[in-house]
Amino acid sequence: MTVQFGNPDRPNSYIGKTVPRPNAGRLVEGRGKYVDDITLPRMVHVAFVRSPFAHAKILSIDTEDAKSVKGVLRIFTGADLAKVCTPWVAVLEHLKGLKSPPEHPMAMDRSCWVGEPVVAVVATSRAAAEDGAALVDVDYEPLPVVADMMTALDASTPVLHPEMGDNLAFQRLHEEGDVDGVFATAHKVVSAHFKTGRHTGVTLEPRSILVDWNPAEGQMTAYHATQAPHMVQTVLATHLDVPESRVRVICGDVGGSYGIKVHVYPDEVATAAISKIMARPVKFIADRLESFTTDIHARDHEIEAKIAVDANGKILAFDVDDWTAIGAYSVYPRTSAIEGNQVVNLCGGPYDFANYRAKTTVVFQNKTPTCQYRAVGHPIAVAITEGLVDMAAAEMGMDPVEIRRRNMYADDAYPVTSPANMRFEGLSHHQSMDKLMGLMDYDALRADQAEARARGVHRGIGIASFIELTNPSPFMYGIGGARISAQDGCTVRMDPDGSIVAMSGVTEQGQGTEAMLSQIVAEGVGVLPSNVRVITGDTQVTPYGGGTWASRGAGIGGEAALRSARALRDSILEVAAAMLQSDQASLDIRDGHVVDIETGAERMPLEELGRIVYFRGDTLPKGLPRELVQTRHYITSEYPFAFTNGVQASYLEVDIETGVVTLLKHWCVEDCGRIINPQLVDEQIRGGIVQGLGGALFEEIHYDDEGQLLNGSMADYLVPMAGEMPDMVVGHVETPTKESELGAKGAGEAGTAGAPAAVMNAINDALRPLGAQVTQMPFTPERILRALGAIED
Amino acid sequence: MTKAFADKVVIELTVNGEPVEARVPAGQHVVDFLRQDLGLTGAHASCEHGVCGACTIRVDGSSVRGCLMLAAQLDGSDVWTIEGLSDKEAIRDLQEAFIARNALQCGFCTPGMLVAAEELLAQGGVPERATIREHLSGNYCRCTGYEAIVDAVETVAQQRAGQVQV
Repeated sequence: MTVQFGNPDRPNSYIGKTVPRPNAGRLVEGRGKYVDDITLPRMVHVAFVRSPFAHAKILSIDTEDAKSVKGVLRIFTGADLAKVCTPWVAVLEHLKGLKSPPEHPMAMDRSCWVGEPVVAVVATSRAAAEDGAALVDVDYEPLPVVADMMTALDASTPVLHPEMGDNLAFQRLHEEGDVDGVFATAHKVVSAHFKTGRHTGVTLEPRSILVDWNPAEGQMTAYHATQAPHMVQTVLATHLDVPESRVRVICGDVGGSYGIKVHVYPDEVATAAISKIMARPVKFIADRLESFTTDIHARDHEIEAKIAVDANGKILAFDVDDWTAIGAYSVYPRTSAIEGNQVVNLCGGPYDFANYRAKTTVVFQNKTPTCQYRAVGHPIAVAITEGLVDMAAAEMGMDPVEIRRRNMYADDAYPVTSPANMRFEGLSHHQSMDKLMGLMDYDALRADQAEARARGVHRGIGIASFIELTNPSPFMYGIGGARISAQDGCTVRMDPDGSIVAMSGVTEQGQGTEAMLSQIVAEGVGVLPSNVRVITGDTQVTPYGGGTWASRGAGIGGEAALRSARALRDSILEVAAAMLQSDQASLDIRDGHVVDIETGAERMPLEELGRIVYFRGDTLPKGLPRELVQTRHYITSEYPFAFTNGVQASYLEVDIETGVVTLLKHWCVEDCGRIINPQLVDEQIRGGIVQGLGGALFEEIHYDDEGQLLNGSMADYLVPMAGEMPDMVVGHVETPTKESELGAKGAGEAGTAGAPAAVMNAINDALRPLGAQVTQMPFTPERILRALGAIED
Repeated sequence: MTKAFADKVVIELTVNGEPVEARVPAGQHVVDFLRQDLGLTGAHASCEHGVCGACTIRVDGSSVRGCLMLAAQLDGSDVWTIEGLSDKEAIRDLQEAFIARNALQCGFCTPGMLVAAEELLAQGGVPERATIREHLSGNYCRCTGYEAIVDAVETVAQQRAGQVQV
């Protein structure tokens, strides 16, 4: 029996409805349990001495003064931890040529970025550990620093890892069609130089881990703020020599992730190694400076790109030369080549064109490592694509919406394979654009813009179409050798009173995973969502799975939940049919009762069935299966990724005297396939948009030429505040994926993917009559004034 | 920490309506005192610079950053945290509005956000959305994009003003 999604009045119709999140109640009362809220008996705290140099040889380490601090128990160097923890190398076989040196949990004889852990001080309190750390005396010999991305491969630049031969971590060139020929003869060619600002996720909860090695049981328990507990289980087991079955990763409440908490961090592995040595619980909570210097960074790209169009505005070709610098090591185990690789995969995404060349060059440097952060590569690819499309439209005197309509894949064109070799199962660019036009009343907005212009007020409208990669298959990591699961599972159980427990391998970091799962299981079994207890984030009880990243929770975890719930329903009805001496096909479960499928008449509450199965099994026919626990797994197999699409619009005002941008309103229409919970999807979109707006207007990590990080606090690194953010209108088109019964694709990254490009295009729309253009994010007042020629020094 | 910061100070105060006596290091911040000594983990340490508002609590009727005040300064104070405000059902309508509107995702900023929002609501009337946004600009949220929070606060203001049915 399949779910009749087309019928909103179907029984148990919870998929597609807004239902409250089961975990919100405790969070508003301050009853959340984040890692730092946990205290264990004999627990100690670790603080790290971190490299103050971007590149330095470690000559000696003197810990005598630190040991004298009251409360300091042990002090560890990189060499101490290397005795219990093997190093890792973050490469993927399918990213040909990607290289990175072995990395240890703490620096061995050399530090390679400001913030790299060098010494660990363990004490009875965090304060004492910090006092001890302040007294550790490390003698460094500074080494030449590789700070600039664009000169990293020059012969005159020192090689950061001599054994690697050069500073090139990865390079990929993709070419389709006759790019040079088309550019030589095209009606119009527009080129531009783009820069996206190196930024980071700024999770309000800093990275947190508490590891408890119990040698008497041979069991390691890690309470960890992570998106991928099973991946962490595998990593700790592998590098600390413990069987996977003896590593339990518990991921309770997580205070924001956005991709930041899906990576393996040296200081977190160090914490586990120290616990293994000291045989007691060790807690590490990053402070804010540590967050800025050691959380992964992202989006540090510089791009030269051009577009060729014909006389009708038809896109003929894109040519993209992308550079990115990833710090001193590729980050384990997802690697730091994925972001550049995504730029190659995603540029030109919405458009039907034939000739495409994209190259990404990924280099090492002495800065904090970069890796995957929300909407990996998308904001860059969308900014390049949509920036060029707008510039081409302006050159042709064409409306930016019109040029997009002439080039987007037709809604009935699918399935198609893009010039980047991405396979699209079904997208809705035109329907989405039509919906956006209606929501924003485009013509009225243009009239308002003209009226404002007449008053000397410079407003701009920016449009950005995009595609988003969701529901990744093993083609993302698994085929490259990474032990990262693309499959996910769910176990659903009926307890004696008829209540349901669902244990899922996907995790909750606030996006509403548990609500989404409760709805699916409720509908799949036939009970109220409030009667489904969802458990996530515990590797000891949930099926092995990938966790929550790349917008896979609903599409992969949701489908596994639906299948396990349907299996439990069938098991329940098999027992019910025997008890009621009815044909199983004539029965259904609704609101926790076995009912007659035709009339809906109640035949028996689940509680009664539970009583019989668990306590009076003797009264059931001998040999009757009574399996009230069912597990199902799901993995995509038809497409490497489920692409979604959408389009955003920004309306804003630029003060040409101060360079300040005021966001007036923002719109997003997005197609994530089947919507399970409209409110949760809308809020994922809104939250994603605001992270994109942060990247567009405020967020940028600054380094000096010596690789010193200059803005390591929230007072210096700006993130969006309530007062400067606009209201956002969100609309949807639903094109379910046919790969699963649920039909859900991801929605977590669409907002972040498109918002920066929409803002860039809106600013340039406002500035165009003044002959100015900006292409370097974030679009700070200074950069806008420079573009206007108001600042020249 | 220098010795002066480590010196212990005796304080007597009221926390969530209950009397508390403690000997605290002179350099200990309020948020650490609440979390580590009293087990009140609802207030969260995040930026530790007074910027993000995750540690916002109520001290003698005003919103205070738990990371910018020392525990030693609390002598004689009346302190309320999210735990006490919840137990007393002092902001039940606001909490319910946050849940209904999904004005929280990861929940890490939420206790501080609620204390800050209540400070505005306690002034009475129905503030403009821009006023709500301005008032909450000292409380960062990285998940929601703020709109749902503004909606929830606006709804509660309207409810309390009798403009909409609860």
